Formats: sequence, structure tokens, C-alpha cells
Amino acid sequence: MTAPLHEPTAEAAPSAAVEAAAASSGTKAVQGRSLGRIAWERLKRDKLALFGGVVVVLLVLVAVFAPLITSLVGQDPDLRHEELIDPLFGTPVGSLGGVSGDHWFGVEPVSGRDIFARIVHGARVSLLVGFASALVAVVLGTVLGILAGFFGGWVDALISRVMDGLLAFPQLLFTIALVSVMPNDLLGLSGSGVRVFVMILVIGFFGWPYVGRVVRGQTLSMREREYVEAARSLGAGRLYILFKELLPNLVAPIIVYTTMMIPTNILTEAALSFLGVGVKPPTSSWGQMLSSAISYYQSDPMYMVVPGLAIFITVLAFNLFGDGVRDALDPKGSR
Amino acid sequence: MLAYLIRRLIAAAVMLVVIIVVVFGIFFLIPKWAGIDPAANFVGKQADPAAIEAVRQKLGLAEPIHSQVWEFFKGIFAGRTYVGGGDVTNCAAPCFGYSFRTEQEIFPVLMDRFPVTLALALGAALLWLLLGVSAGVLSALKRGSIWDRGAMVIALGGVSLPIYFTGMVAAAIFIYGLGWIDGQFVPLEESFTGWLGGLILPWITLAFLYAAMYARITRATMLEVLGEDYIRTARAKGLAEKTVIGKHAMRSAMTPVLTMLGMDIGALIGGAILTETTFNLPGLGQAVLQAIRTQDLPVILGVVLITSIAVIVANLVVDVLYSAIDPRVRLA
Repeated sequence: MTAPLHEPTAEAAPSAAVEAAAASSGTKAVQGRSLGRIAWERLKRDKLALFGGVVVVLLVLVAVFAPLITSLVGQDPDLRHEELIDPLFGTPVGSLGGVSGDHWFGVEPVSGRDIFARIVHGARVSLLVGFASALVAVVLGTVLGILAGFFGGWVDALISRVMDGLLAFPQLLFTIALVSVMPNDLLGLSGSGVRVFVMILVIGFFGWPYVGRVVRGQTLSMREREYVEAARSLGAGRLYILFKELLPNLVAPIIVYTTMMIPTNILTEAALSFLGVGVKPPTSSWGQMLSSAISYYQSDPMYMVVPGLAIFITVLAFNLFGDGVRDALDPKGSR
Repeated sequence: MLAYLIRRLIAAAVMLVVIIVVVFGIFFLIPKWAGIDPAANFVGKQADPAAIEAVRQKLGLAEPIHSQVWEFFKGIFAGRTYVGGGDVTNCAAPCFGYSFRTEQEIFPVLMDRFPVTLALALGAALLWLLLGVSAGVLSALKRGSIWDRGAMVIALGGVSLPIYFTGMVAAAIFIYGLGWIDGQFVPLEESFTGWLGGLILPWITLAFLYAAMYARITRATMLEVLGEDYIRTARAKGLAEKTVIGKHAMRSAMTPVLTMLGMDIGALIGGAILTETTFNLPGLGQAVLQAIRTQDLPVILGVVLITSIAVIVANLVVDVLYSAIDPRVRLA
């Protein structure tokens, strides 16, 4: 921590100025910087975190513009190139899994579909599930955590027991089970759409207790602070205190937990697709590619390396950025 | 202490009942709502209606869900007798029922697979605890040094790698590339070296992932603890640094690590699904994945029950250990 949190007014100013500052206190002389500003300034100095952030932005752009990118490159994720496949072994012709000027990352064994195009399209599923399930978890966790911390009593007891219970649940098992029994058509969605929707809900549902516990703890300690008491004595209602006084103070831990949760959710989505309960073919996803690579990794290791690295780079970028955000928002942090 | 244990055990029992009811709900209500008939599912795709009806009668699938749940619980403690279509099947306690697919009795099948998963989980846990905690403590003590940065970069990489990817890369290198190990699982009774050879890569890949997480957590809590007043007091008393770190700081820094350890070992004992799939280990995880794919409800119930018991027992052991490690915790 090199920059001071507040401008050193009293010490630096001569005594006459102190009186002037006192008279106009809170308006101009003591210009406190907002938490967001302090955090941003710290984050700007953290090169690794910024690098992670840039990669994240790039990945989001790739996911959003996936069809445009693949058509610009002249590839189609579903087009089969069987002429590029060795008919005897089913593996791609040429070195490194068929890498060429046309097929930057090579082609899939047997079908010969372009791996680059499938990776680019796979980013959509990973990021959509990662972000949306984090959103579900954060909304549920914040609302229920605040309720538990603020109202206490039986509300707190009930919500806390549910959180303990969910944390002790065999989560991956339940997620697999739930996703696998879902019908093929649901709420107007079908096939992979249903799977994506269910994955978002289930991953988010198992994630909220992590946010909920932190928010509850923070709320518990904050509701006894003087500023809440001051608001109450001025006649503020419960809802006003909840949303106008408490929520702004919970923003920092909520942001930290959200950024930390996204990479975990991306890994969970990849794991589900790897286990065959994620999105259905022909929709491509990284986990699914790795799962089919398991049969070929002796003969065609490239097919395993590309989606594996895609997951690794994505999760690493989110983790770097998340660590940076946490350090920047932590008042105790000393970087 | 005794009152505490009893209270925890009651809570655990309630939790188990809730979990079983939820599993029943998932596999009975959702297919029903989606219009899939579990009895037809059991018999097969082109079964005649009479066969489906016979199965429904025998397995009690026509009963209301609460009595099915009750029969399941009763079977675990008192055994169960299936009567239907003129033949009678006895299933001794603890009866987890019969597989919809293989028609084998489930409890013995699961007990066959249990040692594999247990060995995988405990062996890996030992490795990651040694590696992760020592790396985390050293990093915290030498904060900002090359060692700290290097260890934390590796740890960050470790938590960003999916286990099935590291597992495949490790297998591609050590099994197929260098040919150092055979990679086939061999039961312990057959050959000790074969057993070690089959488990060594799963242990290392699993331990690498968790060691990375534990190193990060240990470093963070250790740094926090080192900043506390009682550490300064201990130093001011003139205690040797070894005592300050080993006896005073480590004790409270280990509390969150223990919490994680309890949850992680518990969850892994219930089936390290990803690791077992990657290395083709015949453990509970592989069994449950297979069962989920074929909607073999009794097998899923059995594994979920074992997992939940493992998680609950591991958490209980950890909570009791807290009071031994951290003098600030008193069970009441």
C-alpha cells in the first residue's frame, strides 16, 4: 500500500487552513476517493491481473463473435473433412493432428471437423455457463445471505442450515444426476439448450452458499455499526437500510466472490461435458472434445492438447484477474 | 463432548434422510413428470406390457413414493423380500436393492469397488497435504521471495488445470511415451507393486490439483495469522521462531485447511468420478457414472448414501480434531 487512503489535510495544512477545512468539511478539502477508484488504481499496477483481464475480454469477444470469426477464417465447426483422415487408423493425415494453413489447430479424428472452429464455438458454452451460473449464485447468495444476517432468529437458522446442508452435499454427483434426468424438451428449449439451461441453474444453485456465507457474516457485523443505527434513528425503514445502507458495503466481497466463482463454474461445465452430461453433439464444447480425445490420445495427442489448453488458458486468465481484483478490493491488502 | 457428538450424529442422520429423499425425488418425480416409466426403463425398450407390469409389482414401483422411500430404508436395516410373478427374492440386510441393469445385488458390488476409491482418496490426500501445506507455509514465511512467487505461479496453474487433462497428459507421457508404468489397475490382493503402479499416476495428478489449492489457502491463512497480536506476544516473550511458527501460528492456520480436508476427502471417497474415468479405475465413481448414464436408480442411491456418510463422518472427525489443534475452539 503506497498511496494513502485520504488526502493528508490536517497535517499538511497550516492552522488557518485547518479552520477553513473544518468549516467546509466534507465538501472540498477532504476529498475521499471511492472504493472503486482506489481498487482501480491498485488493479492498474497489477500487471498479471491486467493481463488476465485482457485475455478474459478477448475470450468474451471470441465467444460473442464465434460464427463471424469462423466464417471469416472460412471454416465451419460441423463440416466433415473425411478426405483428411487416414482411412486405416481414423487419425488425421499429416503431422500434429493435421495442422495446416486451412486447419490451424488440425482436424478431429474420424470426422475431420476443424478443431479451431470447434474451439471457437466451444468458448460460447463455457463462458455462457460460467457467467450465468455465477450470476444465479450471486443473486441467490446475496439475497438469502442478507436476509439471514439482517433478520437473524429463525430466518437465519433456517437459511444457515440449508447452506450447511448444500455444502455437505455430494455436488458433482447431484449435478450429474439432475442434468441426466432432464427431459429433451423443456420450456421451449430443446437438446443442448435444455442442458445449458439446467447446467446454469444447477451450478448456480450449488454455488450460492459460498456467497451466502460471506454476505451473511458481513451483514451480521455491519448491522450493528453506528451508521446503521444512525439511519434507523432517523426513521429509515428496514428495506431502506437493507438496500441503501448495507448493500453498497457488500459490493466488494460480492465482486470478489463472483470473479473467483466464474473459473470454477467453467471447470464444472467442462467436467460435466467431459462426463457426457453436458451439451449434446453437434454443439461443441471443450469438455466434450477432451472426452472424445480420451480414445485417441495415444495416436493423436494434438486432439487432446488443444481443448485442454483452451480450458487451462481461460481458467487461468479468470483466476489471475480474480486474484488481482481480490487484492485490489481488500483493505488489508498491502500490495 | 458426548452431548456434542450425539447432537452431531442426530443432525447427520437427518441430513442422510434428506439426501435419500432428494435422490428419490430426482429419479422418480422428474422422469414421471417427463413421462418416462421407470419400470419400462428397467425391462428394456421393446418389452411387452405384461413384463413391465410384473417388474412394477415386484420392485414396488407402483407404490406411492413415500412408501418406496420407507421400503428402501427398511431394507438397509432389516433386509427386504421381493415377491412378484411367482418368484421370491431375498435380499439380506444391509439391502441396497438390485441393479436395474445387471440384476446384481448392489451392496456387495459397491463393497468390491469401495477399496479402490478409498485407496485413491487417502493416498492422494496424504501427498497433497504434505506438498500443499509445506509449500504454503514456506511461501508465507518467505513472502515475496523467488520461492514464494514460483510456488504461487505453479499453484495458480495447478488450480486452473482440469484433472482429466493433466491425467491424460501424464498418462500419454509416462504410460504410452516412456513406458515406465503399465497403468492398469491391479487389486492389492494380487500384487502390491502392481497396485502401486496402477495408483501412482492417479495419486500424483489428483494430489497436484489439491496441493495447489491447499498451498494457496495455507499461504493466505498463514499470512493472516502471522499478523495477529498473539504471534507478536509470543515473539515478544522471546520464544524461538520455531516454536512461534510450529506451535502458535500453525495451530490456528491449520483450522481452515482441516475444514477443507474433511470435505475433500469425504467427497473423494464417494467417488473421484473424474479421476476414475480418466484412469479407468474400477471405483465407486465409475460405478455411479455408469449408473447415472443408464438411470440405474438403486446403484445411484447406494453410492450417494455411501458418499454422504463419508462426507458426514469426515466432517465430524474434522470438527473433533479442531478442539485438539486450535486451543480457541471448545466443543459444546
